[in-house]
Amino acid sequence: MNIHEFQGKKLFAQYNIPVPQGKAVYSVDEAEQYAKEIHSNVVVVKAQIHAGGRGKAGGVKLAREKKDVARFAKELLGKTLVTHQTGPEGRCVRKILLEEGVDIGKELYLSILIDRTYSRPVFITSLEGGMEIEEVAERTPEKVIKEYIDPSVGFQPFNGRNMAFRLGLEPEIAKQFIAMAGNLYKLLTQKGASLIEINPLVITKDKRLIALDAKMSFDDNALFRNEDIKALRDLDEEEELEIEASKHGLNYVKLNGNIGCMVNGAGLAMATMDVVKLAGSEPANFLDVGGGASKETVKHAFQILLADKNVKGVFVNIFGGIVRCERIAGGIIDAAKEVEIRVPLVVRLEGTNAKEGLEMLKGSGLNLQVASDIWEGAQKVVKLVNGK
Amino acid sequence: MSILVNKSTRLMVQGITGKEGSFHTSACMEYGTNIVAGVTPGKGGTEFEGVPVFNTVREAVDAARPNVSMIFVPPPFAADAIMESAEAEIPLIVCITEGIPVMDMVQAKRFMAGKKSRLIGPNCPGIITPEECKIGIMPGFIHKKGRVGVISRSGTLTYEAVWQVTKAGLGQSTCIGIGGDPVNGTNFIDLLEMFEKDRETDAIVMIGEIGGDAEERAADYIKSNLSKPVVGFIAGITAPPGRRMGHAGAIISGGKGTASEKMAAMEKAGIHVVRNPALIGQTVAEALKKR
Repeated sequence: MNIHEFQGKKLFAQYNIPVPQGKAVYSVDEAEQYAKEIHSNVVVVKAQIHAGGRGKAGGVKLAREKKDVARFAKELLGKTLVTHQTGPEGRCVRKILLEEGVDIGKELYLSILIDRTYSRPVFITSLEGGMEIEEVAERTPEKVIKEYIDPSVGFQPFNGRNMAFRLGLEPEIAKQFIAMAGNLYKLLTQKGASLIEINPLVITKDKRLIALDAKMSFDDNALFRNEDIKALRDLDEEEELEIEASKHGLNYVKLNGNIGCMVNGAGLAMATMDVVKLAGSEPANFLDVGGGASKETVKHAFQILLADKNVKGVFVNIFGGIVRCERIAGGIIDAAKEVEIRVPLVVRLEGTNAKEGLEMLKGSGLNLQVASDIWEGAQKVVKLVNGK
Repeated sequence: MSILVNKSTRLMVQGITGKEGSFHTSACMEYGTNIVAGVTPGKGGTEFEGVPVFNTVREAVDAARPNVSMIFVPPPFAADAIMESAEAEIPLIVCITEGIPVMDMVQAKRFMAGKKSRLIGPNCPGIITPEECKIGIMPGFIHKKGRVGVISRSGTLTYEAVWQVTKAGLGQSTCIGIGGDPVNGTNFIDLLEMFEKDRETDAIVMIGEIGGDAEERAADYIKSNLSKPVVGFIAGITAPPGRRMGHAGAIISGGKGTASEKMAAMEKAGIHVVRNPALIGQTVAEALKKR
């Protein structure tokens, strides 16, 4: 789960990680009111959406005088922002963060995440603040410093010193840096985050270390431990169909193609998308109905697939293990009674009770085609859709 | 021979009386797996289908001498269950549970460092040596005794590959699901090494997916250490970056972990990379003929 910058900064403040004075506002009036409370003359106005690249896309404005705040707020609120991470459809800006302007002396980069290769938390830091760390790592890997943390004892001050002195920070700043790293580690582990990124982390001209940005992602599997984090979920930032799917325990990701896919298991669901492409079309979605798919699940899955207007054909690919195929077949037959399936449907059932399942489908009088393997199924559905 | 599990395996089940645990314990038993103990705290002294249930792993070890543990404990308590078995020096721990917090796994793995146990999973279908021993949730009947080793990050996609190998008339030596989580116990490399040494394995199927760099590291290893043919497939060529595709570990982040990068690394290492997952069985058969 991702959260907004302003939410991340609130968590930073709770963990004594310095952030600029600021607040999220939802209207121009509110923006004008709050601007008066900001200590500095300069006010930064930042669009709050779950996507990076806001600056380049015009989502961050600098109001040199307070009277400009209202103009920028008006410009940003309600605007659809297109960044390299939002896709061409962009994201609507519903709230903005107003912040005091900070006198920047130097920009750094600092993040902490869980390194899957070494199975440990790792800090990544660099003097190249404000740039994408992947780019820095690609071009000048020697400028990227990594510090692995032993999870059995957690962050130790020497971990902080290793980073601070390799960065060449002067002692006064190094001290603040080490304390900040320790607090970030606490925040990561106590709140179940999987990534915290500060880019840029700035050294102000009066030698204070401040987190100018905050990007945080959380481990979905750890949300049960942190109700406060769970409450930060912003449904405005999610696809409507994905929200609907998550209500029914379905794992659904909307894509841009025209072949709807319904599969059991994540790996097979991805493989099914891949063969649809190989067969000459594009998948409309990733959909894993899970290991315990019931008739109800199958029905909801159909409703979600068919609610996507781009879907011109559906490919059901089930490998029955625990899930018996005749149960899936029953689900399809039931769903067809309640949901009108107006697009071509191809079904491939394999594994536990596949024969019985296929017999049921054939005898149901439903307008569908069966396939004997994944490749035949993909070819059939693509042909039915493209052949028209 | 096969690897890791066989006829003489003595299985213990942690979470044996739970809904999932009891269902799959019965299925494993039916397949012929020798189940010697179960653990459910608070139910010590009872029995499950003739298997004695203990309160702690240590009690189960003292009384029944299991050498493999299968874990069906719910996510909040699963890492604790893994560590309990590792502390008791159970040689092989197979954790089926999906949804364990990643930081719990980081801690469990650190705890296991230097101990004698190997962990398979979590979030995996388990491990099976056909016609000898089934440990996990895979449907037994799709497997057939044979000479192809299978290693996979997926569940149903593994069944797909296994079924194709069976239909090609080949059969499997051992099949292992290593799990779809970002932090797991055993990765491709250790298992590739075991299959290379196993006299009853002639070829290996390796199924990966987007996210992380386990496949790239395996490819490096294969290049300089394997003489047996390896057939590989990577799921997720159509997956968009930054989105989690079902498995917690299946995500392209920072432009890394794409399917095409992985396939390129595998092809470079001489692996028979299959782009169409329907051709896994056929490709294995062809690779074996060429030998």
